[in-house]
Amino acid sequence: MRKVAIYGKGGIGKSTTTQNTVAGLVEMGKKVMVVGCDPKADSTRLLLGGLAQKSVLDTLREEGEDVELEDVAKTGYGDSVCVESGGPEPGVGCAGRGIITSINLLEALGAYEEDKGLDYVFYDVLGDVVCGGFAMPIREGKAQEIYIVVSGEMMAMYAANNICKGIQKYAEGGGVRLGGLICNSRMVDNEAEMIKALADKLGTQMIHFVPRDNQVQRAEINRKTVIDFSPEHAQADEYRALAKAIDENQMFVIPKPLEIAELEQLLMDYGLFG
Amino acid sequence: MAGTKESKLTPQELKEKLIEDFPPKMAKKRAKQIVVNKLDETGNPPEILSNARTIPGVITQRGCSYAGCKGVILGPVRDILTITHGPIGCGFYSWLTRRNQTDAGEDGTNFMTYALSTDMQEHDIVFGGEKKLQSAIREAYEIFKPKAIAVCSTCPVGLIGDDVHAVAREMKKELGINVFAFSCEGYKGVSQSAGHHIANNGIFTHVVGTEEKGEPGKFRINMLGEYNIGGDAFELERILEACGITLVSSFSGNATYDQFASAHTADLNTIMCHRSINYVAEMMETKYGIPWMKVNFIGAEATAKSLRKIAQYFEDPELIAKVEEVIAAEMPAVKEALDEARPLTEGKTAMLFVGGSRAHHYQELFSELGMKTVAAGYEFGHRDDYEGRNVIPTIKLDADSRNIEELEVENDPVKYSPRKTPEQIENLKAGGLTLSEYEGMMRDMEQDTLTIDDISQYETERLLTLYKPDIFCAGIKEKYAVQKHGIPLKQLHSYDYGGPYAGFKGAINFYRDIARMTTTPIWGLVTPPWKKANEVAEESAAA
Repeated sequence: MRKVAIYGKGGIGKSTTTQNTVAGLVEMGKKVMVVGCDPKADSTRLLLGGLAQKSVLDTLREEGEDVELEDVAKTGYGDSVCVESGGPEPGVGCAGRGIITSINLLEALGAYEEDKGLDYVFYDVLGDVVCGGFAMPIREGKAQEIYIVVSGEMMAMYAANNICKGIQKYAEGGGVRLGGLICNSRMVDNEAEMIKALADKLGTQMIHFVPRDNQVQRAEINRKTVIDFSPEHAQADEYRALAKAIDENQMFVIPKPLEIAELEQLLMDYGLFG
Repeated sequence: MAGTKESKLTPQELKEKLIEDFPPKMAKKRAKQIVVNKLDETGNPPEILSNARTIPGVITQRGCSYAGCKGVILGPVRDILTITHGPIGCGFYSWLTRRNQTDAGEDGTNFMTYALSTDMQEHDIVFGGEKKLQSAIREAYEIFKPKAIAVCSTCPVGLIGDDVHAVAREMKKELGINVFAFSCEGYKGVSQSAGHHIANNGIFTHVVGTEEKGEPGKFRINMLGEYNIGGDAFELERILEACGITLVSSFSGNATYDQFASAHTADLNTIMCHRSINYVAEMMETKYGIPWMKVNFIGAEATAKSLRKIAQYFEDPELIAKVEEVIAAEMPAVKEALDEARPLTEGKTAMLFVGGSRAHHYQELFSELGMKTVAAGYEFGHRDDYEGRNVIPTIKLDADSRNIEELEVENDPVKYSPRKTPEQIENLKAGGLTLSEYEGMMRDMEQDTLTIDDISQYETERLLTLYKPDIFCAGIKEKYAVQKHGIPLKQLHSYDYGGPYAGFKGAINFYRDIARMTTTPIWGLVTPPWKKANEVAEESAAA
């Protein structure tokens, strides 16, 4: 079983990219579990056809200790297993601690056991690695490979670089490695070249360039992934290509984060004056 | 058995020995916190670094901000129900550890024997603990019907951002009793001193001045910074009553909510522990016009001196005469006990590492016993507690101190009423009475002794080895390590099982306890297991 975590700046399209990629993987016949690590609990909406999920933490709170895996895991598109960690309302409690609790519970319930026959588990993690709780999937070997969703916008690249610092920190102790950058295009000038150059500097690869296409939004409005909503559409093939690239990926590295000056230089070279 | 001979090392050599093995940066810092006590030609003691962060990795005597708020200040109050908001350990281990006593009064209300906590669990951390706190307050109210409820915050409460003050306001409205909260998370400040400050600010803001009917009397005082350890407050209440002095409120030994509420009606604030509460006296002077003076009821002579100071303040011949009468009545028993004890204690040495004023006050008792305090220091004192209040303008506020709220206080438009005119104050000062003043520990201490701030376990053991004192005074964390050196330790946070030590009868208790502790042959009769190396070797060989 491969354990994958998807990180990236807030609003970059982590959940959308994850679910569309998972759709590609299940189409290839893979058995995949998605664990949403966002208090908003919206990481499995496209696979489940709506926000039908009761989160692990809500269940834990209401049922007490007596929780079964079936209570928190729902079957979604292509027999994918969908779990939402959930968390407190905005502004109260500790969402980071919630993720730790939730992942530990999934382990205790045997969600990752051999008999589940999983090929992949995907952790879709909220925003930046703001504190220890959000780093949970990359600590203690919960996730082994990380993909960072990024675009050619300055702040997205900045966040990607910061996440690499987090990976570097835990890579030495645990086994976590960076699998590559997924460029979710924002139609920035020279975007693909710039992200390739960023990947190069980080010592990784741009594993796929996902072009911007409104078909993604159309599918989302219909609570579906692109592959589910319009299997013949060109955008569906993009996600299939991304799924294939991840499935065949052999390049796992400890990233070398950039200094801020280096990052800015990259933008100057490719963005403003490219 | 501990010897009574003085170390051959000079204090400066001792100091160098204490820090010689430290890494350079640490040695540099500790050199500023370990000071040879020598007044300069103008009579000022040397500067000492204090109220500074403890160096990570050393074993410190210090407690945390929560301990200072909940344990020290609120702990001795019998009728404010205190709820610890946090996981269970903080509440449980701060429960009656200072042996605070109370007589439960005429109303019989006493919550000190209960430990109340919200017992936060993991899901309270994740989802926030405000609702649980709310229901805990409600439940506590239904069971105990207290006059007031206080909420003390532990570390995780600050980390997850529970708004304890909003909950307190809401519950105050709902229950119709005073409910107030303290943001005294343990990580705040460098020591428990921060917690004292937070607690006192809270009591001052939420309670003081809310009740106009105080204990009636002719000479009405508050006693600030007395915490009724081992029954100290009972002895002081007895003495004050005998003198005809009315105790309006104590902060906070054997105190009650109503006492705090009417404290602003007193005519004089007397301060025992300068560290934990001097700012409250200052705020009460500004807001209500009540002058304050430093007193010390530890030591029979010090007690007599403090009573005379109070009488002098009230400028009443009858009171002055009455105080003399009480002193004269108490002293024969004191003298008898001292005559018995002093031949056993004379010339012996003591070390005191405790508190924010105890290391100063208890030197009085030791000098009455003819004993020399060769080294002393505070756990959480500030420079003014060592060097005197005159250094306050020169104390640099660091980031840690700035984190602790300072209240801005003005004259109360209605309740401000100066108890003495400026002329009267001048006259009193001309007559030798010191008001609003504290000279600090170092001026009272013998010259060529050591003052050590925030002493560590390592330094303690080193000091004991280099300079075998006859008795060491500290707390429970130090007790057994010190006793392993064959040196008796008197706990001055809890008095072990003894006390009271305040006032006249307290002095008698102390003389007897110290005479016994410094003469007992027990330390010479016990052979510790590590000195029976052969026996151990034989046993393990046999096994």
